Amino acid sequence: MKQLLILSGKGGTGKTTVAGALIELSKAKALADCDVDAPNLHLITKMQGQFATTPFYGMDKASIDQKRCIKCGACVDNCRFTAISDDYVVDPYACEGCGVCQLVCKYAAVTLKPFIAGKLMLYKKNKLFSTAELKMGSGNSGLLVDSVKKQLIKNSTDEKFAIIDGSPGIGCPVIASLNGADMVLIVAEASVSGVNDMKRIIKTARRFQIEIAVCINKYDVNDVETKKIEKFCTKENLLLAGKIPFDKKIVEAVNKGVSIVNIGDSKAGAAIYDLFNNIKTFFAV
Amino acid sequence: MNIAVLSGKGGTGKTLVSVNLAAAAKESVYIDCDVEEPNGMLFFKPDQIIKEPVTVKIPEIDRKKCIGCRKCIDFCKFNALAYIRKNVLVFEELCHSCGGCIIACPQGAVNEKNKSIGEICSGISEHVKVFTGEMNIGETSGVPIIKKLLLTAGKQDTLYTFIDCPPGSACTTMESIKDADYCILVAESTLFGLHNFEMVYKLVKFFSKRCGVILNKCDENIINPVESFCKKENIEILGKIFYDRELATMNTAGLILSRTSEKYGSLFEQLLQTVVGKI
Ligand code: SF4
Ligand code: SF4
Ligand code: SF4
Ligand code: SF4
Repeated sequence: MKQLLILSGKGGTGKTTVAGALIELSKAKALADCDVDAPNLHLITKMQGQFATTPFYGMDKASIDQKRCIKCGACVDNCRFTAISDDYVVDPYACEGCGVCQLVCKYAAVTLKPFIAGKLMLYKKNKLFSTAELKMGSGNSGLLVDSVKKQLIKNSTDEKFAIIDGSPGIGCPVIASLNGADMVLIVAEASVSGVNDMKRIIKTARRFQIEIAVCINKYDVNDVETKKIEKFCTKENLLLAGKIPFDKKIVEAVNKGVSIVNIGDSKAGAAIYDLFNNIKTFFAV
Repeated sequence: MNIAVLSGKGGTGKTLVSVNLAAAAKESVYIDCDVEEPNGMLFFKPDQIIKEPVTVKIPEIDRKKCIGCRKCIDFCKFNALAYIRKNVLVFEELCHSCGGCIIACPQGAVNEKNKSIGEICSGISEHVKVFTGEMNIGETSGVPIIKKLLLTAGKQDTLYTFIDCPPGSACTTMESIKDADYCILVAESTLFGLHNFEMVYKLVKFFSKRCGVILNKCDENIINPVESFCKKENIEILGKIFYDRELATMNTAGLILSRTSEKYGSLFEQLLQTVVGKI
């Protein structure tokens, strides 16, 4: 199964709108939402029926048995994440589960316990859709992204390609989503910040040697920045697959819970149709 | 006072709000904690820039002392160590710098070295002291940079400090709001916006922080789901920013609205007064 990953240096650039439209146009049968901090794809793909949930265990968390603890302080001194309070209680939000406290405790007062950090969800009816939600403040979303992708791959049968909505940024969740992708489509916004973010995400993606395509969203809001992105793509030999104009209908589509290509007479929808044609080879299987 | 500006997702206008409030406050500190994609500098274009590297500690194995017992490898919970061809190898990007392998090694064969993961940068833009952090490409966690950034910037003694948080409700955001006296949540006026807003609102509630909402990208002709939610839940709405072409053009060109446009200057002035009145 080939994987098309949609990324943007930052959220809010229209990544999910583009993903939703491409899903519609390509009739994709396998989907994943790797934006586990704020998953939105389910809001516009009208997933049907029940989904299966599995708890997601992140790193274990330390816990101190007060009966055994003699308050020697060794754990506090050695915890580099300052996760243990002066009265020897572990703050699960600060604990990274490294196990150092357990290693240094001579009184076997520390145990590492499994910790449910979120949940994985899988829809199987009419489309295979893998998604997840991270419990607030749990951290380690990279591991969860990895599980979302594994869940999709494990459950797929004859799906030829998958569309994956990635997470914003360049940190561990993004790196986890890049792993195994065949093509990355980067949605860049035509602004000073957008150009900066795009360059950072391209550098990150290049390390994985994946085919990269770029599309500019709201290109008509700032011509100067749009030109910069175009020039950059030519210079770096990147496929500029599409230019999407600003379109108020996008808000209408989002609030109706449908994809922009399902809203009649939308110029953004038409532009994404062209974009789809430009990267069609990816879907031709 | 520390005012944190958050949003459920990037692109909702968090930087727009924090940059312009800091500029409207004149004498203030602005801290960009979005170390993965810092954009605050692009607006402030500060002078007198000082850069400082941020490092973490990474183990280094002394081959002469190592006897290949693998105690360090068994200990490492992050799979950052491996024994390949009779050598212990360190996968630096997986290492969390917990220091456990040093303690676990019976031979004293593990030392530590500093590894740069990014830098913090400070400068001055008119009366605003600007601090930003930037994570190196290829690194996985920006938390150490945010910690150092808040520590460095926290030493300033100014009336207002604005913290431009990373998007979402992950560990980096929690780190950024820890010492905030007040949180401003910026939300986009769509269903997506509402969904993302609820997540970050939960986080702020969890930390028992006082908060208010700024609705961004409003449109008079569209019913705003976030606004309805706030009214229902009794969440204070601090102000609204309507989408207009003038704003989009200035903002995408990296201009600070408070400094360029009279209309927006007074809007942010007013927002600032509202926020200050709440604290
Ligand atoms: S090292 Fe063990 S005994 Fe000492 S304070 Fe920590 S938990 Fe208690
Ligand atoms: S497991 Fe590591 S991070 Fe957690 S409390 Fe123990 S030493 Fe600290
Ligand atoms: S410092 Fe901790 S995370 Fe890094 S290699 Fe050693 S045990 Fe593993
Ligand atoms: S614990 Fe020390 S001696 Fe044993 S393999 Fe690791 S570095 Fe070598």
